[in-house]
Amino acid sequence: MLTISNLHVCIDGKPILRGIDLEVGPGEVHAIMGPNGSGKSTLAHVLAGRDAYEVTQGTVVYDGADLLAMPPEDRARRGIFLAFQYPVEIPGVNNAYFLKAALNAGRRYRGLTEFDAVEFLSLVREKMKLVHLDEALLKRSVNEGFSGGEKKRNEVFQMAVLEPRLAILDETDSGLDIDALKIVAEGVNRLRGGDRSIIVVTHYQRLLNHVLPDAVHVLSEGRIIRSGQRDLALELEERGYDWLRPNALA
Amino acid sequence: MTGTMASHYAEEFARAEGGLVGADSGWFKAARRRALTHFGRIGFPTPKEEEWKYTSVAPIESRSFRLAGHPRNGLDVAELDRLRLIEAHELVFVNGYYSAQLSRLASLPAAVSVAPLSEALPDSLQEHMERQAEQPGNGFAALNAALLSDGVHIRVGSGVTLKTTLHLLFISTAPDGPTASFPRVFIEAGANSRVLIIEHYAGLTPEEYFTDALTEINVGPGATVEHYKWQMEGARGYHIGQMLVHQQRESRVTSYSVSLGAALARDDIAVSLAGEGAGASLNGLYMAKGRQHVDHHTSIDHQQPHTTSAEYYKGVLAGHARGVFDGKVVVREGAQKADAELTNKNLLLSEHAEMDTKPELQIYADDVKCSHGATVGQLDEDALFYLRSRGIEYSQATALLTYAFADDVVARIAIEPMRHAIERHLTAYLPRAALDMELL
Repeated sequence: MLTISNLHVCIDGKPILRGIDLEVGPGEVHAIMGPNGSGKSTLAHVLAGRDAYEVTQGTVVYDGADLLAMPPEDRARRGIFLAFQYPVEIPGVNNAYFLKAALNAGRRYRGLTEFDAVEFLSLVREKMKLVHLDEALLKRSVNEGFSGGEKKRNEVFQMAVLEPRLAILDETDSGLDIDALKIVAEGVNRLRGGDRSIIVVTHYQRLLNHVLPDAVHVLSEGRIIRSGQRDLALELEERGYDWLRPNALA
Repeated sequence: MTGTMASHYAEEFARAEGGLVGADSGWFKAARRRALTHFGRIGFPTPKEEEWKYTSVAPIESRSFRLAGHPRNGLDVAELDRLRLIEAHELVFVNGYYSAQLSRLASLPAAVSVAPLSEALPDSLQEHMERQAEQPGNGFAALNAALLSDGVHIRVGSGVTLKTTLHLLFISTAPDGPTASFPRVFIEAGANSRVLIIEHYAGLTPEEYFTDALTEINVGPGATVEHYKWQMEGARGYHIGQMLVHQQRESRVTSYSVSLGAALARDDIAVSLAGEGAGASLNGLYMAKGRQHVDHHTSIDHQQPHTTSAEYYKGVLAGHARGVFDGKVVVREGAQKADAELTNKNLLLSEHAEMDTKPELQIYADDVKCSHGATVGQLDEDALFYLRSRGIEYSQATALLTYAFADDVVARIAIEPMRHAIERHLTAYLPRAALDMELL
């Protein structure tokens, strides 16, 4: 599904990712953990196509295609979805309009018939229940005036509507209380299954109590320094990150 | 001032004088002649003048516009019909001249009079005409006074509410080569009256032409005037418009100035809050692309205590377009408890577009509440990426965000056909933007 090889990325000439190798198979859930500043969010954004980042080396192959050559909208239409750590408020752009345009852009791309207003509304009503979102939010501007928890749930809701093949959750757990965390986790778990792959980027392992990963990778200073199973996440929770750092090992 | 242009318009004046509105009125004729002399002295403004620093009118000055001889030649009536509003008193002017045949003026309440100047010249106009004829430093007002083609005098009696919208439609067709028109609108709103007026300028020609318009509104005590200016001149049209508003105590004026057309457009609004408790709200929206140049100047004079003004102008500039906004608010000594708010926001869609904005407050009273702000920015990169990351194409994302930027001004426009036309313009304006309007 996704093969990242020797990926190097700079922001404003400063190296952030320094040789990432990662293979995510169909249906797998991978957790990427690491301290602040390790490059986790950069990796998530590079996969979604943010152009402020400069890829200086390496390749990313998604479904046999060169992912880095595609504009962000094509990646999305081919099934990549990034749940933002900080969802953007867009005053004046209606949430429902935005989501319908996004859904139909993907459907057109895949040669499917577009959803009309009625089909769309029945779909979104069903998906909103999944994350306990109030339908009134559909009529508002995208994320405008949403609480922190509503913004995160709105990301998972959009994911449920767009049904991606590869979902990347960028610190979707940050800033959530335990109830909201459970709602988000349940929303994510409902989407698990089949060929859908998920990359969970997180600082803490608490989301991983609810969304059980197949693999855990630790990112530090732009490199994956350790990969393992779920027990690695639990160990990180107990011991923190410092024991894994190269200088700590020395 | 080049002597050639003064003499060009002097020749036009001499050629046309006998047939101009008010040719048989002594005072009117004298006022025209004084205005022409005044224009000959001051001429067109130059960029050396502060008020015209960013707007060169050389393209207007260098062309020999003529008064239209046969104003209705070349008029496509079907095109005109598309500009009409349902349920409005409609006065249609073609190339500056009133057309009774094309107008639709249903019966009006007894205390309301709506009279084309070519049909009646009330004596009350004399003072206004004479004042405008020799206004210092403004060649366009003098030229309008000298060559005034036609116009309308609207009077709404005390306590009367005119329920039906007044739609003043100024059509240009440039029938015999580059022509100029000089329309004049006088509005007198009596004490506690209410009226809604749309001044609509439309070009139905790809040819060059020039509109030099002047509007005066006198608002009586407690009266409410809503004024819409809808400027959709042709792509090669030149539009210079001025509006002078004089407000008495406790009166309310709401103005919407929308500039979409013309190669070069300038819109000046000057408001005198001359009575205690008078309030004005000025809203503006301008959009320009290609090599269009659009300039909005406003000036609000708080002369009395408890006067309020709220100004909100937004602009979108694409291509090589150039925009200018100059908003001046003066609070005079003694105008205590005045409240003034001035905002101008601009969106540049191209690195070649340019905007000069200058909000200016002059405050001579000590107990006032005043604020101002101006911004010039590009589309928000984070928002653009967010939309694209959901599969929305770049051009559509750009269209959505541009639409969203203008939306709060557009939403204030209560005239539905006008609002829809602006929405259509907004979407058509953006290249390749397949914006489905269904859920907007």
